[in-house]
Amino acid sequence: MSGGAELFPGPDRAAAEEILGRYPSVHRQSAVLPLLDLAQRRNGGWLPPAVVDAVGDYLDMPSMRVRELVTFYSMFHDRPVGRYLVQVCRTTPCWLRGSDEVLAGAREELGIAPGETTPDGRFTLIEVECLGACADAPVVQINDDYHERLDGEQMRAWLRDQRRPEDD
Amino acid sequence: MPKLSIDGTEIEVVEGTTVLRACEQAGVEIPRFCFHERLSIAGNCRMCLVEQVGVPKPLASCAMPVTDGMQILTRSERVQAAREGVMEFLLVNHPLDCPICDQGGECDLQDQALYYGRVRSRYREAKRAVTDKDFGPLVKTVMTRCIHCTRCVRFMDEVAGVPELGTMGRGEDMEIVAALDGCLHSELSGNIVDLCPVGALTSKPYAFAARPWELSHTESVDVLDAAGSAIRIDSRDGRVLRVLPRVNEEINEEWIGDRARYAVDGLVVRRLDRPWLRADGAFRPVTWETALAAVATALQAAAPERTAALTGDLAGLEGMTALADLMRARGVDSVDCRQDGGAFGPGEPASWRFNASIAGIDRADAVLLIGTNPRREAPVINARFRKRWRAAGIPIARVGPVTDLTYPVTELGAEPVVLAELAQGSHPFAEVLGQARYPLIVVGSGALARPDGAVVLGLARQLADTVGAAGAAWNGFSVLQRSAARAGGLELGIVPADGGLDASGMQAAAREGRLDFLYLLGADEIDPEAFRDTFTVYQGHHADRGARHADVLLPGAAYTEQEATYVNTEGRPQQARPAHPPPGNARPDWKIFVALARELGSPLSYESLDGLRSRIEAAVPHLADIDQLPPPPPPPLAPFGDPDGALDAAPFEEIVPDYYRTCPISRASATMAACARAVADA
Ligand code: SF4
Ligand code: FES
Ligand code: FES
Repeated sequence: MSGGAELFPGPDRAAAEEILGRYPSVHRQSAVLPLLDLAQRRNGGWLPPAVVDAVGDYLDMPSMRVRELVTFYSMFHDRPVGRYLVQVCRTTPCWLRGSDEVLAGAREELGIAPGETTPDGRFTLIEVECLGACADAPVVQINDDYHERLDGEQMRAWLRDQRRPEDD
Repeated sequence: MPKLSIDGTEIEVVEGTTVLRACEQAGVEIPRFCFHERLSIAGNCRMCLVEQVGVPKPLASCAMPVTDGMQILTRSERVQAAREGVMEFLLVNHPLDCPICDQGGECDLQDQALYYGRVRSRYREAKRAVTDKDFGPLVKTVMTRCIHCTRCVRFMDEVAGVPELGTMGRGEDMEIVAALDGCLHSELSGNIVDLCPVGALTSKPYAFAARPWELSHTESVDVLDAAGSAIRIDSRDGRVLRVLPRVNEEINEEWIGDRARYAVDGLVVRRLDRPWLRADGAFRPVTWETALAAVATALQAAAPERTAALTGDLAGLEGMTALADLMRARGVDSVDCRQDGGAFGPGEPASWRFNASIAGIDRADAVLLIGTNPRREAPVINARFRKRWRAAGIPIARVGPVTDLTYPVTELGAEPVVLAELAQGSHPFAEVLGQARYPLIVVGSGALARPDGAVVLGLARQLADTVGAAGAAWNGFSVLQRSAARAGGLELGIVPADGGLDASGMQAAAREGRLDFLYLLGADEIDPEAFRDTFTVYQGHHADRGARHADVLLPGAAYTEQEATYVNTEGRPQQARPAHPPPGNARPDWKIFVALARELGSPLSYESLDGLRSRIEAAVPHLADIDQLPPPPPPPLAPFGDPDGALDAAPFEEIVPDYYRTCPISRASATMAACARAVADA
């Protein structure tokens, strides 16, 4: 149960403790998923191995058990991702409603293939399975937000907007 | 108690029983891959599907508790179809490489595909391939064959307590990985080879050595530590190819340590396979006649009080008895079985036995370890401590150096003075033991081999009284031996008679020129430098340390080559059986003594194994009760040791610095050397 101070410095400390407080103290390990999420948000959207191990120490869990979780859940990333993580749903409902076109738009606009990050580190493009919002297919998740009923042109326009220099 | 019907037969089971177990109790076999009775339930392979009448989907019987009135079908068409379906999915990515797979012939996947699978494959697409992993010198991986049952992961996590294996990724991308390449840091790692239901994990040293149907099986007992684990020796053409555990619930359950399993390649190197005689500083091979004549001449020339015999850590009861009889018939008092000088109370069996019994650990509710590292001295016993801790979270404390035992230990320090405080009841942990119903006090053999060993023994014994551990119903005073020969030698009373020399006395006498003749029966754990100028006969299977300054080398048999009885740390006699005859001109130990006695003109009173065993039974009757715990000495427990003596200030030390190399066989093993290197590198 060490590493808490370095892992969650300053105000995050309180956030981490609030999360821990949701679970009985004999089941600290139950907090592993929300704590990994918190740690990922504080580390540029991904979980370097040292951070994964630190979460394990913090919760008294073997680091192997934490690594398993990080690789199991697709919302955790064990490699760096861009500032915008563009996740294009490709499961059947979205596909029937034109996800291919949305993906093509993103590829063209960003000049990268799924799984890649733009050289400026701004965008990472990946394909994902059902995002659970099929009623509004096709769906793209960008960081914490859902963008629904998109077509290729809208996708391109949105991405183009994020390129504006005043964002930097 | 819930009642259910299985294929129409009514059966009543204990509350909480799973459907799979209930089926087993009803004599119905359920195929499975991920389920293992000694591991937690994972429920991930789906091979155990059965049908419950009235429930739309088949259920995973390994994870489903029985409820009253369930009607289970295990032979319906739906179950057959479900099994075929599961098999088909498992085989989608499983390579068809059985002809080059070491698991072939003893593979659960092969067998179950035969019984429950479809006749031919409908799969035409590409199969996945997975990079092999480096699990070190013992476990070979062919990860494309893995079916992700996670038995290996659960074993390392739960039983071994070394959570170094894990699953990475999910679905089709899932892989089993190790935390570090090159080594699993567990003394029990070889067990995952047995657990793996397919050929993903196989034995590296045994790779491509044999097919299971070519092997002869010999049921025997491991002697490379003092636990007495049940083993099966697999051999072919006079060579041991592998050792596997057998189930013995009272000792090793179904695990064995890596040394027991993998040191056997050391059986074929550096062997003594013919007698040798030293002449003008160099050894030359001689016949048995010449060698025995030379030994007899030297023995006859030496006065009994200038003659001694020392038995080693792998000696069986038969060899030790015959040697002791031969020596005592000549009036020799200096006979000892304690190379390390362990201070056991002679004549007090409770002072050298693990009185609580190994299965008794399952009852212990507070444990104190004194100067012992059970993880290195007896890994299967350590696994039992861990199992008990997992089940009941009992307090476990230690007086001794800090090491990772795979369960939490309250460290009381390595200074022996702590033991004195405990014995007087002034230490807080004495109270914890005192409040326990089944307090267990485990004394390591290393702690008793210190110069103040008798004091350590006496204080531990006193502590047993202080905390009420030595009652009539429960005797928690337990010595953890690490040599398979020690308890047996002590039961037989192989200790110097009054006025005789013990092991260190022999060394001192030899240095001072007061020892003319010394017989070493596989005694390799003692510094032979002192015996430079003494006429020394070394009888053993490996020309190890004890042979260094010997004048005659007599080839004896290893534990896989002779009928021999061993007594484990509990005092339980067990039988080792030969998988094949000893190599070359080597002979079973006891036969050599019979021949030598004849050569001396005073034959022993027995000439056959039966005769010798009757002689042992007459002396110590319980030694004939093979596999039985010894009768406990009548209560109250006698005092032993020297609780009032002076303790050394020196802290307790680690006595097994290298788990992998502790005896002539493991020191000769290339596999064990590779393990020691891998641990050092990691
Ligand atoms: S390696 Fe063997 S034991 Fe481990 S998960 Fe794969 S199939 Fe199961
Ligand atoms: S298929 Fe895309 S959100 Fe469900
Ligand atoms: S044995 Fe039941 S799911 Fe594997």
